[in-house]
Amino acid sequence: MGAIRLEKVKKSFGTLDVIPGVDLDINDGEFVVFVGPSGCGKSTLLRLIAGLEDVTDGKILIDGTDVANEAPAKRGLSMVFQSYALYPHMTVYNNIAFGLKMAGESKDVIDQKVQSAAKILNLTDYLDRRPGALSGGQRQRVAIGRAIVRNPAAFLFDEPLSNLDAALRVNMRLEITGLHQELKTTMIYVTHDQVEAMTMADKIVVLQAGRVEQVGKPMELYNSPANKFVAGFIGSPKMNFLGGELAAKHNCHEIGIRPEHLTVSTDRGDIAATVKIAEHLGAETYLHVEADGLGPMTVRATGEMPLGEHDKIFLTPEQDRIHRFDAHGLALGPS
Amino acid sequence: MENKQTPLGYISFSVFAWIVGLLIFFPIFWMVLTSFKTELEAVSIPPSFISFDWTLENYAEVQERSNYFKFAMNSVILAVGSTLVGLVFAVTCAWAMAFNPTKRTKDALLWMLSTKMMPPVGVLVPIYLVFRDWGLLDTRFGLIMVLFLMNLPIMVWMLYTYFKEIPTDILEAARMDGATLPKEIIFVLLPMAVPGIASTMLLNVILAWNEAFWTLNLTTSDAAPLTAFIASYSSPEGLFWAKLSAASTLAVAPILVIGWFSQKQLVRGLTFGAVK
Repeated sequence: MGAIRLEKVKKSFGTLDVIPGVDLDINDGEFVVFVGPSGCGKSTLLRLIAGLEDVTDGKILIDGTDVANEAPAKRGLSMVFQSYALYPHMTVYNNIAFGLKMAGESKDVIDQKVQSAAKILNLTDYLDRRPGALSGGQRQRVAIGRAIVRNPAAFLFDEPLSNLDAALRVNMRLEITGLHQELKTTMIYVTHDQVEAMTMADKIVVLQAGRVEQVGKPMELYNSPANKFVAGFIGSPKMNFLGGELAAKHNCHEIGIRPEHLTVSTDRGDIAATVKIAEHLGAETYLHVEADGLGPMTVRATGEMPLGEHDKIFLTPEQDRIHRFDAHGLALGPS
Repeated sequence: MENKQTPLGYISFSVFAWIVGLLIFFPIFWMVLTSFKTELEAVSIPPSFISFDWTLENYAEVQERSNYFKFAMNSVILAVGSTLVGLVFAVTCAWAMAFNPTKRTKDALLWMLSTKMMPPVGVLVPIYLVFRDWGLLDTRFGLIMVLFLMNLPIMVWMLYTYFKEIPTDILEAARMDGATLPKEIIFVLLPMAVPGIASTMLLNVILAWNEAFWTLNLTTSDAAPLTAFIASYSSPEGLFWAKLSAASTLAVAPILVIGWFSQKQLVRGLTFGAVK
């Protein structure tokens, strides 16, 4: 079991409120991703749940028990750190076994658990090596192995993939998702990468300045963001925000339209624009354009577009994909 | 900018370095040489260099007159004892300062170091009185306490700079793995800091071994280390240079050997943190 509930969790450093008060429900077996720009408090929130930081106020309930004042090890959680944080002086075997040794397990039990974790993570051949002799991906697997042998109520991942190169990151992303499907244990995953959030999460928690901006399934956040911040943060390239007459036409302060929801034409459309930079990716083309009277916009077009600098084009937003926002940046719902 | 050294500059620097090195080494060399001379040759003018009657009688007499091994054993016990006691306090202290610093940690470190700037003789009377009243005079325990307290600031500083290099993440991982604080320090922190701890211990053994002020003032015979052994040859019966040299050679030999074999560790220990 691993249901986690945060009640008015607050963290202050001196007079600075890093987390002013967060309420959150994480169901047993759920894969929850905390996402937000750097400095938004997502890592601090994870460390509060782990017990590596003391809460200033509020409750952290794991399966109904308040653990806010318990030591980290007493909470039954495992953590995978961004830097892997392996014990450099121990072999892979001992790294994985350390937690079990601390828990006073017998040698047989330790051996059996370490071997089975090593098998799941393809580490059997490396058990005698030291972390220094492993590649980045293998080190990350050892860190995960160390987490899973303890059979925790929940796994906490603190930006575990940011030290890996792009190709490896995609692989490890799939491995972690696969691991979640296999273990069905609650996972809380912190990242600043919204692609990781969208692809891995059952539930995304978007944070900004220590506040929860929105909680929801990935597609809910994509399709109906609660405010301008979430709208801009989820989705890549970023959503275009347009004010002025165009917004007035939709009875709002500002409208938002995603780059992939604009139709490009060379002869007619709602918005006239000039191409500044065209990025040809093969499967799609990103056009960075200057819209007449509206300023810079980004367009994401499928396939190859034979367009380049200074080309005049016309853009037409898909009407049912337009997001409306009021003066405070809150979403207004469809017009 | 490229720093090109001319051959002439290189040679003159080398010559200069050798001269300085030999000047520093000369007294030790002369002491060893004198220890093999007779008392008469030791004070003869002009001094004889190599061409004298080499003799071991000084060593024999020194050993006969006073028990070298008793003093040497005291030196070992004091040096190792004060280092081990110091390590227990310094490790915990440096752990707190390196991994749970507060706004005042730097001030505390500087304050600790500033105690080393006070001349020891300034506290001789109070410490002597405390030792007298508590019956600590001429006891190994008392001296271990004084030597350990004297070197504690340096131990804390050295360990602090080493611990600073160890990522906090790893200690937190150990905490998540269920390690209690003592286990976290013993199984995770200390093994990672072995080089730092080794050079800290080494330096402290040497400092304690060479310490003469407190060992001379607070001991008479039972706890007297090699410093007292040397001193006993200098005054009461007039100056016997050859025997004094023999005693001194015997006193510095062990630490000289240790120092020679561990110079790499020592230099690293002393400059650690100074150059990033």
